[in-house]
Amino acid sequence: MSATGEARQGVGVGASPRARVRPARAARRRVSLGQGLLYAVTGLILFYLVFPIFVVIPVSFSSAKYLQFPPPGFSLQWYEKYLTRSDWTGATWLSVQVAAGTALLATLLGTLAALALVRGRFWGRDLINAFVVSPMIIPSIIVAIGIYFFYARIQLIGSPFALVLAHTALAVPFVVVNVSATLVGFDERLEYAAMNLGANRRQTFLKVTLPLIRPGVLTGALFAFVTSFDELIVALFISGTGAVTLPRKMWDGIRQEIDPTIAAVSTIFIVLSVLVLVSAELLRQRSERLRTAIPTQVE
Amino acid sequence: MSATTHAFAPRPGERAAQAARFARLRRGVQLRYVLLALPAVAFLAVFYGYPVAAMLLRAFNDPAWGTENFRPLTTLTRDIDVFGFSVPGNAYLRVFGITLQIAIVTTLATLLLAYPVAYVLAAIRPSRANLLMILVLIPFWTSILVRSYAWMVLLGREGTINRVLMGLGILDEPAKLLNTRLAVYVGMIHILLPFMILPLYAVMRGIDRNLLRAAENLGGRPWDVFRRVFLPLSLPGIGAGCLLVFILALGFYITPALLGGQRDVMISVLIAQQVTLIKWGFASALALVLLLVALVIYVVFSRILGVERLYGGTRA
Repeated sequence: MSATGEARQGVGVGASPRARVRPARAARRRVSLGQGLLYAVTGLILFYLVFPIFVVIPVSFSSAKYLQFPPPGFSLQWYEKYLTRSDWTGATWLSVQVAAGTALLATLLGTLAALALVRGRFWGRDLINAFVVSPMIIPSIIVAIGIYFFYARIQLIGSPFALVLAHTALAVPFVVVNVSATLVGFDERLEYAAMNLGANRRQTFLKVTLPLIRPGVLTGALFAFVTSFDELIVALFISGTGAVTLPRKMWDGIRQEIDPTIAAVSTIFIVLSVLVLVSAELLRQRSERLRTAIPTQVE
Repeated sequence: MSATTHAFAPRPGERAAQAARFARLRRGVQLRYVLLALPAVAFLAVFYGYPVAAMLLRAFNDPAWGTENFRPLTTLTRDIDVFGFSVPGNAYLRVFGITLQIAIVTTLATLLLAYPVAYVLAAIRPSRANLLMILVLIPFWTSILVRSYAWMVLLGREGTINRVLMGLGILDEPAKLLNTRLAVYVGMIHILLPFMILPLYAVMRGIDRNLLRAAENLGGRPWDVFRRVFLPLSLPGIGAGCLLVFILALGFYITPALLGGQRDVMISVLIAQQVTLIKWGFASALALVLLLVALVIYVVFSRILGVERLYGGTRA
């Protein structure tokens, strides 16, 4: 009732744009009871998603000897234990190295493959595409035991280098998908322009193509790094005793060690995932800026 | 490529020769693309394709040629419970039944929980939605091992939930929450929820709000507008999300191993057990069956839904 009254008044006064918006707002407020319920349910579900992760963080700063929430007092003892025990720091350093190696190799292979798969029109392209992204969909246990049987035969169990090779196979699809996404929106006229202006193929690729797809390449590298750093199932089978990664070390201790050291390690994982999330978001924004900025500059 | 061709106007006699030259050039360009794909394909063939294929072949040739490895699956020894029905089976088929049941329940539960979240995120202002999306993406980027561990902390005998319930006087002594089917459900739904929210949100963001306004203007009540306009338009997201979550749930290993009990062994856990028992042939046979189930479901549903929609939704 009051909404229509206000609207009429607004029109009569000369219809400032502000007055015309008002009835819509009032109408929205009218259904707010059901909406309030919906928002409450959504809030609860989001709480369920986030709460377990944030329980781990206070537990890691606990002064208690056992897992206890809320913690009775503040202490850095579990971080001290983590940082002073060489088996934990060794596993961390190995995981970083393996993940860096995986990111490097998977980004190189995946970027080249994405260029071919998005732009090429050759026979068998769809088949190759399906093969390249399949490690993302096939259950990890299948890939893990396949690689385990293979490595057992050629005696590569327990080697960090072998872990890099196995993790790269799992990480390549993530690079391909991310780079492909930036290539699909790519304006190829920019490359023709560069070549018309006298650049050769190599110069065109390095100075035009690569800078434009760089956000996708870096996001792919980030995915590859995380894929390897978090990977447990393949590592369970092939890391042996010589290449114990951080997730493997956590897994070995998760049922015996009831003190919160693992909570401290988990907190480090959570901080890392937030950092990765922020970087991925910044890269996405950059990629969108590049995509929207270029056509206006060209035309 | 085509932009430059019409700049020349070839004389009639040269037309054929020029067409041949262009075809040759085009073949050269395509050859270059094949060469670009070659390193990745060769690498994956050696370190992924061949090992997996050799493992699957083991189902038929380890320790001897034949279908001996499938015999434990096809020999019916006792009745098992599948979705409340008693059917003839054996201990291994029971694991398949449990796996399917957990995957189906998890998929339906994630859909039920993800739908309102995606709906709200798609309805509010994009700037606010991006902010709330952080709450979905933090768990998405956190490793499955860490999240399963978090549930161990929460559900344990001395865990948070038991303490709170005892503090409130609801429980007198700690309840057994960890190593139960319920714990597996709670953990798996928690881990797979983002995989359902993201494709749903992507599809719902793309729904033209004018269609809803039109339905309202034509006299539709809010519930009818939702049921007859919004819900059908969001079906591609539902399909993509369910397929993704179901396939991922079928292969779950870490969460059921840490949160489940003796009666909640899923197929991946069983395969790992058989490998440690050095029954590699039988483990391969189980892996082959799991792969076939996953592939058949994937192919059938992605045909119905269209594969490109599925890729559009995965991982933001």
